[in-house]
Amino acid sequence: MSTMNTVGRPTTPNRVESKPATLTGGRGLLQNEHLIFEGDGWDKTGVDLPEPKTDGSDLGDLVRHDPIGLPGLSEPETMRHYVRLSQKNHAIDLAIYPLGSCTMKHNPRLNEKMARLPGFSDIHPLQPQSTVQGALELMDTLSHWLKTLTGMPAVALSPKAGAHGELCGLMAIRAAHEASGQHEQRRKVLVPTSAHGTNPATAAFVGYTVVEVAQTDDGRVDVADLASKLGDDVAAIMVTNPNTCGLFERDILEISRLTHEAGAYFYCDGANFNAIVGRVRPGDLGVDAMHINLHKTFSTPHGGGGPGSGPVVLSAALAPFAPAPWVVHDADGYRLIEREEDEAAQAFGRMCAFQGQMGMYTRALSYMMSHGSDGLCQVAEDAVLNANYIKARLSDVMSAAFPDGPCMHEALFDDEWLKGTDITTLDFAKAMIDEGFHPMTMYFPLVVHGAMLIEPTETESKQELDRFIHAMRALAEAAKAGDVDRFKGAPFHAPMKRLDETRAARTPVLRWTAPEGSNIAAE
Amino acid sequence: MRYLPLTPDDRSAMLAAIGAKSIDDLFVDVPEAARRNGFVDLPRVAGELEVERALGAMAAKNVSAGSAPFFCGAGAYKHHVPATVDHVIQRSEFLTSYTPYQPEIAQGTLQYLYEFQTQVANLTGMPVANASLYDGSTAMAEGVLMATRVTRRNKAVISGGVHPHYVRATETVVHAVGVETQVLPAAVDAEADVIAQIGPDTACVVVQTPNVFGTATDVSKIAEAAHAAGALLIVVVTEAVSMGLLKSPGEMGADIFAGEGQSIGNALNYGGPYVGLFATRDKLVRQMPGRLCGETVDADGTRGFVLTLSTREQHIRRDKATSNICTNSGLCTLAFTIHMSLLGETGLRKMALLNHEKALATRDALAAIPGVEVLTPRFFNEFAVRLPKPAAEVVEALAQHRILAGVPYSRLAPAAGMDDVLLVAATEMTMDADIEILASALAKACA
Amino acid sequence: MHFSKDHEWVRLDGDVATVGITQYAADALGDVVFVETPDAGKVVTKGDGFAVVESVKAASDVYAPVSGEVIEGNAALASAPETVNADPEGEGWFAKIKVSDTSTEGLMDRAAYDAFLASL
Repeated sequence: MSTMNTVGRPTTPNRVESKPATLTGGRGLLQNEHLIFEGDGWDKTGVDLPEPKTDGSDLGDLVRHDPIGLPGLSEPETMRHYVRLSQKNHAIDLAIYPLGSCTMKHNPRLNEKMARLPGFSDIHPLQPQSTVQGALELMDTLSHWLKTLTGMPAVALSPKAGAHGELCGLMAIRAAHEASGQHEQRRKVLVPTSAHGTNPATAAFVGYTVVEVAQTDDGRVDVADLASKLGDDVAAIMVTNPNTCGLFERDILEISRLTHEAGAYFYCDGANFNAIVGRVRPGDLGVDAMHINLHKTFSTPHGGGGPGSGPVVLSAALAPFAPAPWVVHDADGYRLIEREEDEAAQAFGRMCAFQGQMGMYTRALSYMMSHGSDGLCQVAEDAVLNANYIKARLSDVMSAAFPDGPCMHEALFDDEWLKGTDITTLDFAKAMIDEGFHPMTMYFPLVVHGAMLIEPTETESKQELDRFIHAMRALAEAAKAGDVDRFKGAPFHAPMKRLDETRAARTPVLRWTAPEGSNIAAE
Repeated sequence: MRYLPLTPDDRSAMLAAIGAKSIDDLFVDVPEAARRNGFVDLPRVAGELEVERALGAMAAKNVSAGSAPFFCGAGAYKHHVPATVDHVIQRSEFLTSYTPYQPEIAQGTLQYLYEFQTQVANLTGMPVANASLYDGSTAMAEGVLMATRVTRRNKAVISGGVHPHYVRATETVVHAVGVETQVLPAAVDAEADVIAQIGPDTACVVVQTPNVFGTATDVSKIAEAAHAAGALLIVVVTEAVSMGLLKSPGEMGADIFAGEGQSIGNALNYGGPYVGLFATRDKLVRQMPGRLCGETVDADGTRGFVLTLSTREQHIRRDKATSNICTNSGLCTLAFTIHMSLLGETGLRKMALLNHEKALATRDALAAIPGVEVLTPRFFNEFAVRLPKPAAEVVEALAQHRILAGVPYSRLAPAAGMDDVLLVAATEMTMDADIEILASALAKACA
Repeated sequence: MHFSKDHEWVRLDGDVATVGITQYAADALGDVVFVETPDAGKVVTKGDGFAVVESVKAASDVYAPVSGEVIEGNAALASAPETVNADPEGEGWFAKIKVSDTSTEGLMDRAAYDAFLASL
């Protein structure tokens, strides 16, 4: 035979026992990445611009001459820098992201495509209304979907996030009381102990005193306690339904009846709307105002922390006080109502400079249209089914906080089952990271000790749920078997180990500063 | 349905594992009277094609800024955003990740937030910035509240040059907690009237530069006067690119900076989502609202970043929080960071000069029109003109010819008695041909 | 030394009371990162909030166990908040107050406070 291939090389792996550390700290695909300020890009730019014909000297001493302190990178360097950073993030696109009360569902890419149509992304908020009839139509259509899904007659689209929506709802309530002359006497807002922090923060922001309402042993609002605290000095109650323990408030009709009888309004925190969309209308429960998180129930992306969008549906009693602007549709077409001098005279004011989060309206409407009314109903059903499946498959190894009866779209566990192991909820969560999962929500709601709140959402397949359940069961067994180091030292396999948050808070370093003696702008 | 992975077999198996007969068993807590299933008045499931057609039809009814001579500003500006920016923010790890509460698996987000905070601090000339608020208008409201907390005084003096919608959004929020606002009359040179209004009960003085009429001002004297009276100076900037050319608010003595970052990295988007920029002095940092990212080390001593000083925020302080804010501007903040990284200060300065150049050319063209009076003496990329007719009518007439001529001041403040004032903005995207078209159409409309 | 139900302690020396938070409270908070102490001259009323103590994950109001006028807040805590964890009932004091009333009514002695802690 003739020798054709003289460069023989092995095609099976070598057997090597040792596992040497890397020489440079590199780790396979994961890169270490410095700050943009730590390179040499002070005079570089990655944007090609024509030479300006002015030097700004007509502006005299208004011109800034100091070095600003903004490094530039070429396009390849910029791309590489931010792609390297991205690889250190966990994301929904990687695995189930079971954060309770965050509704981490899949973010459809059609939404991104629609939001980027120039007819939506390249229009100015103050263009003549005749040139943006399509945008106003979109806002009107979204309003119609939100009002129909919630059974409410009006909606304020402009709040920029859920917390901003809470502010809007409470301001409308305050305006309504002012209009009826009752604001001075009604200065209290009742909030359950299990509420999300934004609820009491918002109430205080609007000038109310927060009074807490107790919880029953089965995780719901104590109606007797609520009734005893309602009176003619109460402006409103703020109730989340389903609540932060993942449970539907069975007595919700009684709660709203008592509230209205006392002359107060019912603000509903709509963060958990994903559990009931299509099956229950908050309007039928006696709600007067409810914010909807488009970035939760309606799939607009969480984007590493924002942007959100928090439209607020309003009852007939509160609708007249909605903030400017809003859209109306009449024989002449679509119109923005923005003049508080006349057509919006009763508006309590304005939430922000322009119309709100148009980019999120487009994405949310694209999502709603894709699902349709039947699809949205299936969303709630699958979300609730997935959460109950997890609860059923983990309740024998972990302790469900409220074991009797079904949960809604999220399952709540406490740390009772970890007693005697020396392992905390935090330790358990960090060990989940090593197994490839983003931890569930920890230590919220505050009413349950060592809370672990798991919300899978409807976009998880049974396969992914089973994978998650398998990992949780394995970790639970390890915890109970005394495998303490695995938890105490976790995470071992993430891009970073646990970080020193005490140090970050005691000596805050909130920006990069040029080293002493350098001639780069530092401050 | 394409976003729902569960099959009927999956559902049966899962119900069996739960021990429920049907999905209705899981909704048992819902009162009978409130149970519904599906809605008659809403369409049913639609494929991608259907949705594209419906939304595409709506989009087609709008006149986009890029398809016409475009001169609108007044708080939102059309700049060129490099292709890299939009590409990177759509990466899964940025688009579909959450707030970085688990820092070990969120260093991507945390590091860019730290870079953003540094960029904003340096751009504004202030020592420390937060990780962004919703937009410039809510940032201004937060600034006023912060000033009242710090000074323990109750009155805000607001210059007549501040954007009227910013003023309204601020009033809406601060009045609810009993803060008084004294809003001075609108004027092209409104900053000249501010010092006289500062008193011993003033918590803060709010000025905008360039102001809504485009006037660029050195506010150093206002800073001195405010400080002499024990008040804080809040400087508002709605066009972030201006700080690439003009003296920074920090250099001029600002205690709090509240501004809009949309110009860097973000499209017009019909008003949102945008990026609120917020910065302050070191000693005031614990009073600052919003998220903050700080440097630290991990268990191995490796440098990393975490959210910090969270005890100011709602999830811990609850009813004693500095604000009720929960989200920041996330992806919009990232877009700002990436665009600014591409520009660098060399690119930013050049971009700013191009903006100024185009605005000067536009001003010269409009000044030559009989009956049109340019009102703003010193400006960056936006200026005000007085027309011989109501500006809103003229703008509407030009819109019929697909020319977006600017923003009538009356749109922002109908009762200010300035119906003949038009705000005109130009940026590096303004073409000479656009300026000619605008000038010629305006001349006809004003004749 | 006397103790309140909200885990503050007070040490009286004539009409000058030194106050702070107890070991139990410091342990519950975790690493203290910041303390907001009152300014000299501030008038405090028993039971009202007069200081704030922050750890990374929690912020707590500290209630005055006595009434009076603040003589000084512990300035050392500004640069070394960790002192509250290291020595909460000694060097980690929050404020010295000139009391308007030297009675310790409503406060517990060490034995009673320890019994109270055991019951929690």
